[in-house]
Amino acid sequence: MNPGQASRGAAIDLESITKAYGGFKALDGVSLRIEPGEFMTLLGPSGSGKTTTLNVVAGFTDVTSGKLLVGGKSVVGVPAHKRNIGVVFQHYALFPHMTVGRNVAYPLTLRGIDRATRQARVARALDMVKMGDFAHRYPSELSGGQQQRVALARAIVFDPPLLLMDEPLGALDKKLREWLQLEIKRIHRELGTTFVYVTHDQEEALVLSDRIAVFNRGRIEQIGTGRQLYDEPATLFVGRFIGDSTVLRGEARSDATSTALRIAGETVTAPRRLAGEASPVMLLRPEKLAIGRPGQGVASGTNRLSGMIAEAIYLGSGSKYEVRLADGSSAIVRSPLTGESFGLGEQVELCFDGADAKLLADDSTADTTLT
Amino acid sequence: MSASEPTTQPAAEGRAGWAWRPYALTLPALILLAAVIGYPLLTIVLRSLSEPEWGVQNYVWFFGAPINLTVLQRTFAISAWVTLVCVVCAYPYAYLMTAVGPRVRLMLVLCVLIPFWVSGVVRTLSWVILLQDSGVINSLLRSVGFSGVRLIRTQTGVVIGMAQVLLPFMILPLYSVMKGIDLRLMRAAESLGARPSRAFFTVYLPLSLPGVYAGAMIVFILALGFYITPALLGGPRSTMLSTLVQNQVLSLLQWGRGGAMGVVLLVATFVLLALAAPVMRSRHREAGRR
Repeated sequence: MNPGQASRGAAIDLESITKAYGGFKALDGVSLRIEPGEFMTLLGPSGSGKTTTLNVVAGFTDVTSGKLLVGGKSVVGVPAHKRNIGVVFQHYALFPHMTVGRNVAYPLTLRGIDRATRQARVARALDMVKMGDFAHRYPSELSGGQQQRVALARAIVFDPPLLLMDEPLGALDKKLREWLQLEIKRIHRELGTTFVYVTHDQEEALVLSDRIAVFNRGRIEQIGTGRQLYDEPATLFVGRFIGDSTVLRGEARSDATSTALRIAGETVTAPRRLAGEASPVMLLRPEKLAIGRPGQGVASGTNRLSGMIAEAIYLGSGSKYEVRLADGSSAIVRSPLTGESFGLGEQVELCFDGADAKLLADDSTADTTLT
Repeated sequence: MSASEPTTQPAAEGRAGWAWRPYALTLPALILLAAVIGYPLLTIVLRSLSEPEWGVQNYVWFFGAPINLTVLQRTFAISAWVTLVCVVCAYPYAYLMTAVGPRVRLMLVLCVLIPFWVSGVVRTLSWVILLQDSGVINSLLRSVGFSGVRLIRTQTGVVIGMAQVLLPFMILPLYSVMKGIDLRLMRAAESLGARPSRAFFTVYLPLSLPGVYAGAMIVFILALGFYITPALLGGPRSTMLSTLVQNQVLSLLQWGRGGAMGVVLLVATFVLLALAAPVMRSRHREAGRR
C-alpha cells in the first residue's frame, strides 16, 4: 500500500453484522474494520459467510442487524446502484450484447459523463488491464482471463473508492490465476483503492492481501496478516486452513507451565499451557518437524514420535511426506532437497521442539468444514 | 459462459465427398414440404396467371379494385395490432415463467397450452359468447355503470380473439430466450450504478429482443392468414384477405383471382420481412453472443 495514495480508498466498518435466513444465520455477528486503501481478503470454505459479507457490502443483500459504514457513512438500506462500489464477479458478468468498449463505458454513460471524457477514461482503464486493443471485440470472443480483465476495467473505470472481488479467478487455470494475482496486486498499488477480495484459496489470500479475515460458519475466526495467521493461529480452524499442518491429539496433562500429550504410548510436551478448560491439541507446521530414521539422533527437539511413511511427494524444491503416526493420525513433514529421502512404508521418527508446537483448543468442526 | 476457443473442423478435408451426407437427413422433410406446400403453391401461382386465360388479368383486377387494397391494408394492420397485443401480454408472462419455481412454471405452461389443445373453432365461438352485446364482458361493464361496448363484429373483437389464439406462439419463443438470460447481469448493472429500470432497459430488454422478434414474426405471419376467427368475430368492416379469397374461390369459383390474392399476400409478406430482417439480424447477432 502506498501511503501517499491511501486517501483514495474508503474505510469500511462492519459492526456486529448478522444475516439470518429463517433460523439459519449466514452471518453471525461479523465485525471488521478495513482501512482506506487496504487489500483485505475474506477467506474461508464455501458457506462460511465470506460471499454473504461481500454481498452485504455491495448492497445485494440486506442485513438482519448490525451497522455497515463505507467511508464513515452508514449505507444500510442504500440500494446497490447508489453505493458507488465496484464489483468483480466470478462469472465475469460482462454484457454479451455490448462490445468491450461499451461494457467499460457503461458505468460512465449512467453517470452522464460526456463522450470525450468517457472515451479517454475507457481507454485508460483498458490500458491498465492491458486490454487496450480489444475495445471493439465482443465478450464471447475473449478467453476467460481476458473477460475477467475487462470486468476489472469496468469495475474501476468510474473510480470507486472501494472494489469488491468475489472469487474473480475461481474459473481460471492455475498459471493464468497466478499471473492475474500479480496483475491485481499491481492495479491495487496503482489505484490506491480499498480492495475486498473473497476467496477460498489460502495461497491466493497469502499472495494478495495486506490482511486476511478467516471466516468459518458465519463468524470471523481471526483477522491478521498472512504471517500472523500462519505463525500464531488463534483457533485450530485457522491453523488448519492456512498452510499445511499436523495436529496432535492425545490424552492431555497440564501443569502450571507445560502441557503433555500422550499419543499411543509416546509422550510429547510443550512448555506452555492452554488457558481455560478446553482440551488442548498441538499444531505443528511442516518445517518445524524433523524427520529421521529410528534411533538416528536427529539434533533438534526433545519430542519424538514414531511413524511410517504413508505418502511421499516430490515437489522439486524438496519433498513432502505424509507420516502415519502410531495412533493412526497423519503428520505432514517437509524435507529439503539435501536431506535424506524415504520410501513408502519406511519406519521413521519425527522430532520437534516443544516450543514450536502451538497449543490450541480442540474443535472437532475444524476438520469437518475443511472442504 | 465458456471461453470460445477456435474449434478445428475434424478431418474436413479428404472427406469432402461425404459433406452432403448430413443434408440427406432433411430429405423426408423436404419431400413432405414439396408435396404439401411446394406443389399447391406452384398450382396457385400458375392458376393466378392462367385462369380464365393466360395473362396478368387477375393481378390487374386485384389492384384495380379499391376494396381489395383496403382489405390487404387492413389485414396487415390487424396482424400488426395482434402482434403488438401479444408482445405486451406475453412479455411479462414469459418473464414470470423464468422467475418462478418449477411447479408454478409448469402451471403457467399448462395455462398457455391447454387452450391451445382446444379446437380453434370452439375457442372462437366461446369468444363470441364473451364478446357479444349481451355477453359476459358487456354485462360486467354494464353492472359497474358503463354503457355497453360494441366488441363483436368489430376490429377490436377480431384483434382480441386472434391475440388469444396466437399468444402461445409469442410466449414460448420469448420464454426460451429469457430463460437463457443470466440474471446476474442485472446485479452487475446495478453495481455499476444502474437503477433497476435502467438495468432492465439497457441489459435485459436488449438480450430478450431475439425472442420478441422470433415470436413477433411467427404471430404476424400466422395472423396474416387467419380465417376462422375474423370470419366469426368480425363484421364487414373487419374482413381480412382470407375471407375475400374464400369468397372468390368457394362462392364465385374464381380460382385465378383467389390465387392472385394469395400470391400478393405472400409477396407482400416477403417484402415486409426483407425490410425487417436487417434490424433483427444485427440485434440477434449481438444478443446471441454469450
